[in-house]
Amino acid sequence: MKRATLMFSLALAASLTAQGASAQTLKTVKDRGMLSCGVTQGLPGFSAPDDKGNWVGFDVDLCRGIAAAIFNDAAKVKYVPLSAKDRFTALQSGEIDVLSRNTTWTLSRDTSLGVNFAGINYYDGQGFLVRKALKVNSALELNSASICLQTGTTNEQNVADYFKGNNMKYEVIAFSTADETIKAYESGRCDVFTADISQLYAERLKLTVPADHAVLPEVISKEPLGPLVRHGDDQWLDVVRWTLFAMVNAEELGITQKNVDDQAKSDKPELKRIFGTDGNLGETLGLTKDWFARIIKATGNYGEVFDRNVGAGSKLGISRGLNQLWNKGGIQYAPPIR
Amino acid sequence: MATSTEARKPPLQLAAKLRRVLGGQAGWSGFVLQIVFVAALVWIGYEIVENARSNLATQKIASGFGFLSNTAGFAVSQALIPYSESDTYLQVFFVGLVNTLVVSLIGIFFATIIGFIVGLGRMSPNWLLARIAGGYVELIRNLPLLFQILFWYLAVLATLPQPRQSISLLDSFFLSNRGFGLPKPIGTEAFTAFAVAVIVAIIAALVLRVYARRQLFAKGRVIAVWPITLSLLVGLPLLTALVLGKPVTFEYPVLRGFNFSGGLRVLPEFVALTLALSTYTAAFIAEIVRAGVQSVHKGQTEAGASLGLSRGATLRLIVVPQAMRVILPPLTNQYLNLTKNSSLAVAIGYPDLVSVFAGTTMSQTGQAIEIIAITMAVYLVISLITSAIMSAYGWRISRSMGA
Repeated sequence: MKRATLMFSLALAASLTAQGASAQTLKTVKDRGMLSCGVTQGLPGFSAPDDKGNWVGFDVDLCRGIAAAIFNDAAKVKYVPLSAKDRFTALQSGEIDVLSRNTTWTLSRDTSLGVNFAGINYYDGQGFLVRKALKVNSALELNSASICLQTGTTNEQNVADYFKGNNMKYEVIAFSTADETIKAYESGRCDVFTADISQLYAERLKLTVPADHAVLPEVISKEPLGPLVRHGDDQWLDVVRWTLFAMVNAEELGITQKNVDDQAKSDKPELKRIFGTDGNLGETLGLTKDWFARIIKATGNYGEVFDRNVGAGSKLGISRGLNQLWNKGGIQYAPPIR
Repeated sequence: MATSTEARKPPLQLAAKLRRVLGGQAGWSGFVLQIVFVAALVWIGYEIVENARSNLATQKIASGFGFLSNTAGFAVSQALIPYSESDTYLQVFFVGLVNTLVVSLIGIFFATIIGFIVGLGRMSPNWLLARIAGGYVELIRNLPLLFQILFWYLAVLATLPQPRQSISLLDSFFLSNRGFGLPKPIGTEAFTAFAVAVIVAIIAALVLRVYARRQLFAKGRVIAVWPITLSLLVGLPLLTALVLGKPVTFEYPVLRGFNFSGGLRVLPEFVALTLALSTYTAAFIAEIVRAGVQSVHKGQTEAGASLGLSRGATLRLIVVPQAMRVILPPLTNQYLNLTKNSSLAVAIGYPDLVSVFAGTTMSQTGQAIEIIAITMAVYLVISLITSAIMSAYGWRISRSMGA
């Protein structure tokens, strides 16, 4: 109940105070000198502390990018680990400025939670993880299975839709954190662990023998994941959205963390515009002229961020798939910076 | 000559009395002050609600209680009342409420029994028993409850086999890491008659007991009630069953696919939670019982002995009723604690009120204020009802003691 009381006061605080603050998040963040960013409680590859205690990951890099754009210092971020079910309340109450926590964009979340999605940084879908020893090859063979999942996710409803739609019986055991969920799955309480596929790969690393477990081929839902901000602060929404777009555009233009300084000296009109040597696009965002270079210097482009954290250059080894750029067979696409 | 020593009653002063009741020592000005204070409280409350409402509206956060009639669309592992994914959030609320009540009631039942046994054991003249009871109390009450819940859950799960290798008894009871499967009784046509027979037997036994007590107090005649009671309770239902046939048939759990289907199933989450809650609370109850019994003066026991009462009768008729007066208030606290602690269920996936309503429902609808307010109100009501029952029991005890 202590927790409930805390949530209640948070929610109440949200409704009482957020109005004044929400209209000028960028100013609040600048005054505070620190970006407050909501992340997971530890999902390898997306947001988890490394062995030195620094937060790293795909979602973390977005926060670092935003901080770099504002302060020219990617380290000026305070990370707030949140469970799936507490994440929206933390954003509503103003405890965090941006939620970068592999959150699925859905209509009901967009309209009834008082939040806005700034974009999609990872195209995902829901899947199933099972023991290889069960010799199950398809999700359609999972009739009567026990399923472990994390509560407060879209996964909970998707699984209900999928099993009901295919006339299969099932039993759901819902846990409040991802760690408890995977522990219960490993102890044999469940036959199946279900989550977004990227998460399945990440959580599988926590199992004693990851190779004993396989992800089934079925993808039962669309899970477009992205960062969220509070509703009603369009300037802040723009800052977060264009930080993401800057990373994607950088990959498309071949601008990397290494060559960004050279590229900034380029005479090409397009690059001059982007790097702010011509015009003031950055200032229209409420940032500085060199906002783009700051972001890429701190995190690298979208492709680099992907590879380093979840892709080929990481333990997860997830292929780009849908997250490949639009001109390379994927659907990752950003509006032009002009 | 008889002189009255009683003081003369003062004349009735209605206005003065009223002034005293309403305004205290400060008189009428105090009364005005109180009205102002209450008005200020009401105003602050109104401002909070109004402010919240308008802010929620500007932030486009849904508000109100309309969500309760929306479809929930998620499954719950243990529903003791009919529930499916297509039911509403209101039904989810009731499912969670029932689960919370069930785990609390069963927890309270076992905590009380274990607590009394350990508490009395700690005062036992038997050295070993007293040390074991003491060790239990010190160990259990000094470890955080959440760890105990996780310990029982993971310990229970780790030791139990997969459903396909489940431990079975007579092919009708199955123990695996999916829970404890047991046959489910299904009433037949003869069930009504059987139930009536049981009720009749119980009423007859109660009437007999009252009659026996009357005889004891009025005429000093001791009637041995238990042989008649026993034969009534066993004989009458048995007779109906013999005449009309089996009152129930059983549906046995069968392994189908990954899990058992049919029969009844006790979830491991439920077992772990009940176990942790009852053993944890029992450690505190044990100390309360010990304090209560030790608070009764030794002379009481000696007085009982000098009246010729047996040790058991002394304990039952003299010591325990007096101890109960000391035990009850802190015991009530422990019952309330247990009920509130049951909300830790969320850690091990037991679908209690906090898990399915203040958890899943809240994150799906985003209506934190309404849902947390409802949940807090529910815990408040449960706690107040528990307190009321315990107070009523305490009142009965003190009345029967003539205190």
